[in-house]
Amino acid sequence: MKTYFILLLLMTLFALWSVIRGSLIRAAIALALTSAVLALIMFRLFSPLAAVFELSVCAGLITVIFMSTISLSEPLTYSELMIKAKPRIKRFWFLPVILVLLLLILVPLASNVSAPMIASETEKSVYRVLWQIRQLDVFGQILILFTGIFGVVVFFKNTKKQDEEK
Amino acid sequence: MSTFFKLSFVFIPLLFVVGFYCIIITHNLIRTLIGLELITKAVTLLLVVVGFATDHIALMQSYIITLIIIEVVVISVAAGIVINVAKKTGSLDARNLRTMKG
Repeated sequence: MKTYFILLLLMTLFALWSVIRGSLIRAAIALALTSAVLALIMFRLFSPLAAVFELSVCAGLITVIFMSTISLSEPLTYSELMIKAKPRIKRFWFLPVILVLLLLILVPLASNVSAPMIASETEKSVYRVLWQIRQLDVFGQILILFTGIFGVVVFFKNTKKQDEEK
Repeated sequence: MSTFFKLSFVFIPLLFVVGFYCIIITHNLIRTLIGLELITKAVTLLLVVVGFATDHIALMQSYIITLIIIEVVVISVAAGIVINVAKKTGSLDARNLRTMKG
């Protein structure tokens, strides 16, 4: 239980770091660390397949997407960042206060929470659930993936006019 | 099981609030996406915890995989929009979008 508490605390701290941090690249790295800790929690809660997906896709691929976006969108230089840092930090002052207030509300409430009932009969094989019971989900995922690919292709497609201008 | 569930009951809303606050307060488009990611992380954690507590681990894993795929597609398309906005307006400030036509 102690390990679980430490992992949850680490995850929240990394999340806070990714929000408060001035540099976008460091924020993206903190987000990847949040994903990595979440993957560890998943491993501990007997969800290895989901953990592998979380680690490779969320901590890996999404971080790469963020890094590419940051480098392609010409981010601020260090001196510009320093000028903007002070007013930015001011806006995030309230976040720790809100979190402490929320903790004060949630901790007494948590003492009344009880664990949900365990289901009498459940499917143990994730492969059977994914490929047989929830087969439609897989088709949905394929459709969503193709929609995403199509969307990205449309965004980066040059029109005839743009080609002529070049 | 009870202490485990109580801990999750406290930390999941905290994570959600961090992401939500980030989306509300920031003007930077990439940081908005980071906030969105954090909210998704809170939802993923909730699914894992509920799956473990109710012994529906296999079902919840399939839900989480679906959620991760949707998350990647949303982030990729949003990143495409952000890059195009940055090219058009020269900055990542969301307030610049107000001046756009259409």
